[in-house]
Amino acid sequence: MISAIILYNQKGEVLISRLYREGLRRSVSDLFRIQVISNSDVRSPVLTLGTTTFCHVKHENLYVVAISRQNADIALVFEFLYKIVTLGRSYFGKFDEEAVKNNFTLIYELLDEIMDFGYPQNTETDTLKMYIMTEGVRSETRMEESSKITMQATGALSWRRDNIKYRRNEVFVDVFEDVNLLMSATGSVLRADVTGQIILRAYLSGTPECKFGLNDSLLIDPSEDFHSTKMSKAAAGSVSLEDCQFHQCVRLGRFDADRTISFIPPDGEFELMRYRATENINLPFKVHVLVNEVGKSRVEYKIAVKATFGSKLFATGVVIKIPTPLNTASVSTHASQGKAKYEPSDNAIHWRIARFPGDSEFVFSAEAELLSSMTKNKAWSRPPVAMQFNLMMFTSSGLLVRYLKVFEKSNYTSVKWVRYVVRAGNYEIRF
Amino acid sequence: MQASIEKRIRSVFQIPRKGETYELRSGLVSQYAYERKDAIQRTIAAMTLGKDVSSLFPDVLKNIATPDLEQKKLVYLYLMNYAKSHPDLCILAVNTFVQDSEDSNPLVRALAIRTMGCIRVDKIIDYMEEPLRKTLRDESPYVRKTAAICVAKLFDLNPTLVVENGFLATLQGLLSDSNPMVVANAVSALTEIQETAPETKALIVDSDILKKLLTALNECTEWGRISILTSIAEYRTTDVREAEHICERVVPQFQHVNPSVVLAAVKTVLCHIHLLNPELHKQYLDKMSPPLVTLAVSQPEVQYVALRNINLILQKYPDILSNQLRIFFCKYNDPLYLKVEKLDIMIRLANPKNVDTLLSELKEYALEVDMDFVRRAVKAIGQCAIKVESSTERCVNVLLDLIATKVNYVVQEAVIVMRDILRRYPGYEGVIPTLCQGIDELDEPEARAAMIWIVGEYADKIDNADELIATFIEAFTDEPTQVQLQLLTATVKLFLLKPQTSQPLVQKVLQTITNECDNADLRDRAYIYWRLLSTNPQTSKEIIMAKKPPVKDVIAHLPEPVLEGLLHELSTLASVYHKPAETFVGQGRFGADALQKKALEEQAQLAQEEPIQVSTKTGNLENLLDIDFDLEPVSSTPPPPGASAMSPTTSAAGIAAMNLNGDAAAAAPGLATSPPLDTNQPQQFRSNVEDLLGMFD
Repeated sequence: MISAIILYNQKGEVLISRLYREGLRRSVSDLFRIQVISNSDVRSPVLTLGTTTFCHVKHENLYVVAISRQNADIALVFEFLYKIVTLGRSYFGKFDEEAVKNNFTLIYELLDEIMDFGYPQNTETDTLKMYIMTEGVRSETRMEESSKITMQATGALSWRRDNIKYRRNEVFVDVFEDVNLLMSATGSVLRADVTGQIILRAYLSGTPECKFGLNDSLLIDPSEDFHSTKMSKAAAGSVSLEDCQFHQCVRLGRFDADRTISFIPPDGEFELMRYRATENINLPFKVHVLVNEVGKSRVEYKIAVKATFGSKLFATGVVIKIPTPLNTASVSTHASQGKAKYEPSDNAIHWRIARFPGDSEFVFSAEAELLSSMTKNKAWSRPPVAMQFNLMMFTSSGLLVRYLKVFEKSNYTSVKWVRYVVRAGNYEIRF
Repeated sequence: MQASIEKRIRSVFQIPRKGETYELRSGLVSQYAYERKDAIQRTIAAMTLGKDVSSLFPDVLKNIATPDLEQKKLVYLYLMNYAKSHPDLCILAVNTFVQDSEDSNPLVRALAIRTMGCIRVDKIIDYMEEPLRKTLRDESPYVRKTAAICVAKLFDLNPTLVVENGFLATLQGLLSDSNPMVVANAVSALTEIQETAPETKALIVDSDILKKLLTALNECTEWGRISILTSIAEYRTTDVREAEHICERVVPQFQHVNPSVVLAAVKTVLCHIHLLNPELHKQYLDKMSPPLVTLAVSQPEVQYVALRNINLILQKYPDILSNQLRIFFCKYNDPLYLKVEKLDIMIRLANPKNVDTLLSELKEYALEVDMDFVRRAVKAIGQCAIKVESSTERCVNVLLDLIATKVNYVVQEAVIVMRDILRRYPGYEGVIPTLCQGIDELDEPEARAAMIWIVGEYADKIDNADELIATFIEAFTDEPTQVQLQLLTATVKLFLLKPQTSQPLVQKVLQTITNECDNADLRDRAYIYWRLLSTNPQTSKEIIMAKKPPVKDVIAHLPEPVLEGLLHELSTLASVYHKPAETFVGQGRFGADALQKKALEEQAQLAQEEPIQVSTKTGNLENLLDIDFDLEPVSSTPPPPGASAMSPTTSAAGIAAMNLNGDAAAAAPGLATSPPLDTNQPQQFRSNVEDLLGMFD
């Protein structure tokens, strides 16, 4: 199990060091600094020196490091480290060196609470915020209150407080999809998939029981046959999800048995589910790239981007990053829409289109002049053209929210809002 | 007020001023509460920076009795860190601890018992008994779950006390607790006790306990689920119905959002799946595939763990992800450690159906810039050719394209790969002229050796073979051993194939070696050849040009028992390194006889003298942990007697690997001959395990 958690800044100075188990010398923190932080060639997030194992993740300007001297569960260790980062962000907004220095006693308190003797304990932000607070000075917690807190921290509903009251009962459902594309130089799709997230913001009173439905025959795996009514997937506009993961409030047993998503939500914002879809992906943009290396001194680009979604919608924040060779001297561009600019620090031309209406096509051409005096005439690695965008009210997977039912003892009515956003994940086109 | 405290705290992080300790001390004994608290905070800050503030111990201790919970926590934190340096003074804190453990506030009770367990001073232990007994039966589950862990802490310090006072029995009783989190912590604590002292029989899962665990599984926190799943995985049942039941109850966890829970569930199912009937078996494997793929697209660090584990699972169940090749395509921005893993998995997934896609992808990688990755990609093309026979021609064409790029390291790697392909599939000799064109560019020993092997092997088909060999021989003494050995064999082969033109060459080589070289391997081999040739050229031709067994499989596979062991440890460090835990964890159970143990201890002592230097000397530690699986496939094709081209490569690489181990491993070859361990692992593997053990212990 985990023997210690250490937070370093970028220079390798220790900001927080919490030892949970015996057998570590204080100098162990130096070892990590020498082997990882000041080593430019680190090729793995896990490093074992002798019998001591260091696992690290980087966040902002921090290294969050876990040390173990046993055959620890490494997936758990990394998840726990991510959790520390998530906690830090929800407590301080931004989890960086500054935040750590300003709140170091609070962080010690947190570390004390979320891990005991190297075993992770309750790490739910909402519960922790009930008794570990940012205000340095606070009134003494009253007895009944703290016994309530401890019940909550260990209860079966560890994610929800009792007696929540709202005047308006509302739920906001946000469906975010990251569409990933890898297209080969010949224009064939090597890989296209969607990773989606459904974020709920639940402002509901009491202990509401929710049921959530998608337009999904939820044949999680098409080869399975325990749904006797085997519809063809395209029929009735249903979507087939490759896999999904749920927040711990969702009753996994029920989902496994009859595919209902039922849960008692935490208060406020949380990620209800994540999913992956690989079939029938609607790609919102088609990109054609033509790159011509003329001799050793010039590269010509011709790019056409076509929006495939309906003309009523429009994408925002469209950026197309077109890589240029390292020895580029100057670039001249011409775009039929938006602005293009050469960014030497990124070795790329950024072509930005603030508003990209549906069903339209824009073209772009450019010429890059190269310096010829490069000593190394190494081949240019030709990184792929990458694209970013946001598109509202569209899903690449075809997923739709069919219903969200809320049942509560007091039988109040609640208002639900749904929003869909598609973003570019790794939207890459090779040339 | 708040701001000024912050300022002062921050100033602590900067250069220390003179008399800081003095200042802190006066703050700690100040008559104003806020000044004392401020001083405590600054003391903790100094402690974090690694300054020794243990001299303040008595003054900090004075602040322990406070109603302010935050301050109390700070004092406790300080206590845990410095208790060892002032064992006597710790007694002063006992009273507060005992009082706190009876406080009306459960948070305070839990805090007291949690901290007490962390103060590892004998005198405190005597006072722990009563509070622990009470808190284990506390009405608040929050206190009980903390006390459960505390039993494990106490066991670590004083096992007899735990057993004699019945804490162990109470802890086992907590497995039936109504609160799932208490159950989870009890499981964690018991597992730990069981591991350190199996004789206590702390946690022997039986069908009764199993029922309790399965009930708690669905209700406890994500972390609790992992400990529960892990102990279910270790439960060995022979009852098919029970195994079915376990799988059925565990499978829903595949949908958990936390990847480590998913991995733990995968492990649990894999541990019981072998009992199921083939149909169910397949059904569960099919169910496993989507979550595994999801893991493979998670955040990079977890993704790395997942990929290493998928690699293991694929070695056991090669078909599980056969349609998912594209998921493992490398993204341009993936860190190198992910790209390398993905490459390895892609090769394992290669089959006649997807090989075209795979090849075009590999070719893409071979044109990238990172040298290490490019070389692996080229190597992968070769592995692909050897694994999927129908693709060989296309692979060879891709390799030829790559050679045409004239990028030095690509060409070198391609030559090495071509050698393997030629050995696997005769009939591609047509490419040899192309290979020979780049012969002068090769400067790496392995590539040179491979090229020379090709020239020697096909000397009759290469018109200017003798010229080529002759140019190499000119600088014979400057070559590395690996190349020299190859050159010797190649020259002899050349002589056997074209006796008319190459007699002077072979004589020159044999003479140079026997007269000038110190390397015994090389000299011995030269003598053998010499004698062979001088006795009977016909027989020597039969021996030296003997038909070699084709290279079968160039993809590394773990030995069966190791693989089985690792599959039971999915998601742990062992599964990431693909090495049994004993190789890197200090307190392993070797089960070896006394002789071996003693030898190991000697080694350990050697290594202990300068452990860091040993590890830095080897430079890249990954190499060190990875020493020999790369060699496994080569040595698995037994070299034919006499002049097999592969055998020098193997031995040379073997030597290189040994050297990697540094001085500490020097004693290892001796160990390899000692009586075998309980398993039937290949000799080579075991000896390396011991190397590592010795080194790090």
